[in-house]
Amino acid sequence: MSDAIKDLLAGPVKVVNIGLEGFEAELSAQDVEVVQVDWSPPAGGDPKLADLLSKLGA
Amino acid sequence: MAHVLNEVRRGFYLDSVALMRMSRAIAGMDGVEEAALMMGTPANHEIMADARLLADAGKTAGGGDLLIGIRATSQPVAEAALAEATALLDAPATRGDGAAYRPKSLRAAVGMLPGANLALISVPGDFAVAEARKAIRRGLNAMIFSDNVDIEAEAALKAEARELGRLVMGPDCGTAIIAGTPLAFANVVPRGSIGMIGASGTGLQEVTCLVAQHGGGISHAIGVGGRDLKAEVGGISTLMAIEALAADPGTDSIVLIAKPPAGDVAKAVLEALEIGGKPAVICFMGAAEMELPENVRQCFSLKNTAFAALGEKPTTPAPPSMQASDSEEILGLFAGGTLCAEAQVILRDAGQTVRSNAPVTGISTQDGDGHLMLDLGDDDYTRGRPHPMIDPTVRNDAFIDALARTDLAAILCDVVIGYGAHGDPAGHLVALVSAHGTDTSPVLITSVCGTDGDPQGRAGQIAKLEEAGIHVAPSNADAAKWALAAIGAG
Repeated sequence: MSDAIKDLLAGPVKVVNIGLEGFEAELSAQDVEVVQVDWSPPAGGDPKLADLLSKLGA
Repeated sequence: MAHVLNEVRRGFYLDSVALMRMSRAIAGMDGVEEAALMMGTPANHEIMADARLLADAGKTAGGGDLLIGIRATSQPVAEAALAEATALLDAPATRGDGAAYRPKSLRAAVGMLPGANLALISVPGDFAVAEARKAIRRGLNAMIFSDNVDIEAEAALKAEARELGRLVMGPDCGTAIIAGTPLAFANVVPRGSIGMIGASGTGLQEVTCLVAQHGGGISHAIGVGGRDLKAEVGGISTLMAIEALAADPGTDSIVLIAKPPAGDVAKAVLEALEIGGKPAVICFMGAAEMELPENVRQCFSLKNTAFAALGEKPTTPAPPSMQASDSEEILGLFAGGTLCAEAQVILRDAGQTVRSNAPVTGISTQDGDGHLMLDLGDDDYTRGRPHPMIDPTVRNDAFIDALARTDLAAILCDVVIGYGAHGDPAGHLVALVSAHGTDTSPVLITSVCGTDGDPQGRAGQIAKLEEAGIHVAPSNADAAKWALAAIGAG
């Protein structure tokens, strides 16, 4: 098992929430450490370009 | 003639739950036939076109733009609805004024949260893989709640994650419990030594909750997404999860819940369980009996899977006395896909003819004779609409029609609680039954998937249902058996 997975299962879970804000609220209410990303569609909303940029590490 | 009005807001993003809530408010206005507020992604353009909500003006919206579509009985009504939609979008609460600072990127978020180990991703499916790729390359594991993700992209992402040693749960992963933390649609269950892996959300929920109700506990419940065990993906996340739980000192036994995997994938999964060496229980919903390694046991229902994991013999409660009916037909109205599948298996194995929009092996599709088991959370019912577990009003029409039918013996349904779910699904169902208000209706049989630790509280939900004359079985499998009893086949 890799270190990243071992670390996840050992807990505590520390979450970066990208999307539905309800999840962030529910995790915060359980005292889980969570940071909400103020997300909006990248690459001007072009999914293909967003995919390419993520591959390039942008 | 209907009037369709579109407006495009360039570079304006809101999450899909917020947009669906607004869409429903606008669609409920007098004279409005249909309304939707959606991001202008290719998938959403299709949904809007199918719903006859797309005019030329809307076709210019891109994936980063908000698209408003309104179909109304007259131009003035459409304009009034558009004004209302605009007002909702511009309300200070919607724009998040006054909220704490939020980073704009994953990179900045990781900087703010040292030791972050999981990205929970629920952006539109067209963008989900790109976000997950960024997360795994920054050292995080990823849980992808989003659906509408291309299966080839899923397979490529998971192959990269395997190389990097990161776990990808999903896409379309609704449920997980990691190190005691419920994520997305999950329940509050005690920690214990049973580790679970599930390709289905409500399957994991039902088994974790039954284990909890009978004194057991969960080390982790790892969701892998509904397509992980298909040949195209090859079970990458399931195999990684088996390896992780086999090595996890807090896990003594492993439970795996999924639809029947592709042949080679099933073989690889069983081999991995054998190599892992811990006692394991598999439930491939609808599958026939399989040849198994010595440490693996196969169960055919979620209920029996939970009891096998606990090392106990399942108990079967006697059905309550129910109003006699001349009819012999059962209608299933489910929010949970795997709960619908389990009901099909139990009715099928009792020799009944069953049909479903989401059929398991040996069940016919919707047309024809037999008890109809409907998965109302299936894509056909939820494209562009909230899931019935979040918003039970989406199954109102189905219930209202069913309650009025005199040719039905029983309505079989589920009530799913926990994080992510509606605040009071039992209360909602009771209100529908009360509004119907006659005693000539079919009997209503249900179960509550959840625990007393959940925000809604299982005991309180059960009390509400029973007070309204609804029969509440201890599990979904028992509810299906009670429905058989209602038609004299139990």
